[in-house]
Amino acid sequence: MARREIGEINAGSMADIAFLLLIFFLVTTTMDVDSGIARKLPEKTDIKSDVIVKEKNVLDIVVNRNNQLLVENEYVQVTDVKRLAMKFLNNGGGLSTPTDGKPAEPCDYCTGDKDPSSSDHPTKAIISLQSDRGTSYGMYISIQNEIEAAYNQLRNDLGKRLYNRSYDELLKEYSDNPSESINVKISNLKDKFPQIISEPEPIK
Amino acid sequence: MSKFKKKKKGLPAISTASLPDIVFMLLFFFMVSTTMRETDLVIKKPVLPQASEVKKLEQKSLVSTIYVGKSKDSRVSGDKIQANDKIIDVKDVISFIFSERASRKEEEVKFMTTSIKADKEANVGTIIDIKEKLRDIDALKISFSTTRGTDIKSNF
Repeated sequence: MARREIGEINAGSMADIAFLLLIFFLVTTTMDVDSGIARKLPEKTDIKSDVIVKEKNVLDIVVNRNNQLLVENEYVQVTDVKRLAMKFLNNGGGLSTPTDGKPAEPCDYCTGDKDPSSSDHPTKAIISLQSDRGTSYGMYISIQNEIEAAYNQLRNDLGKRLYNRSYDELLKEYSDNPSESINVKISNLKDKFPQIISEPEPIK
Repeated sequence: MSKFKKKKKGLPAISTASLPDIVFMLLFFFMVSTTMRETDLVIKKPVLPQASEVKKLEQKSLVSTIYVGKSKDSRVSGDKIQANDKIIDVKDVISFIFSERASRKEEEVKFMTTSIKADKEANVGTIIDIKEKLRDIDALKISFSTTRGTDIKSNF
């Protein structure tokens, strides 16, 4: 009985099979990178502490259900928020809060107007965003974005002055190769302009 | 002078033997980078607002997503909240986050982020309600999902 030889498998159709799979994955793939505005919610505590904050240290932003904006009781557009917030945060008209035995000191890195009727120190400056339940989410995000932009711009400018590198560049550098020295710079910039955003109960 | 015969003109055929290799390489790339759509939307696909100051969400496995948008049925008004393939009530956000936590390792729980994908037409009230529920159970890291863009005016 003659042994039947097994012939070589023809690999010519391999490319076709691979193409078929490739096209399947091409079609099903979604390469959307999930990105967004990151926020940290305040913790809920039972202890009600009455912290007295001077009115000049709070930037009041109110938005109503018709998506109209009031900043410090003046009617403005969304695009003005960044400028106003920067002016407010960068003012440095007074002294910081004394902490851990460190005496209160004026803001030596602020480049603002030093207006005594505006915020004392960036570490004291609070941005309050009060919205209505009927405000559209797009408007809300736009304001959040503008506030974020104000902080980022201030940190960028300060970074350029202190380290010749903007805050964004430092963050990018840190994600490429994390090192302690960059981390120190980043947290220093963050401490110089800390994000203090308060969101009171919405208007019903 | 036959030693210097003219060479044959014309290009030789390109070998296609490496074609499967190239295709396989592409195939593996797409297989690795692909993320199958994990949830089917029951609500109308939310139109995300635009923002310029966005941060990329790291560690996708630690992200739980809550969708907010209009119902597919245009007769139903109001915002609907979707999590895990079904429409839920605001108070069920708590159990959703707990079930998400249960499927992760314990030490990873504090790095978990809640991504809120809401339509730009949605009401802030709905978002605030969700935020309150998240605060109740200490799920404090959130991200408002947006698309990258500078056209702020298109948001409202």
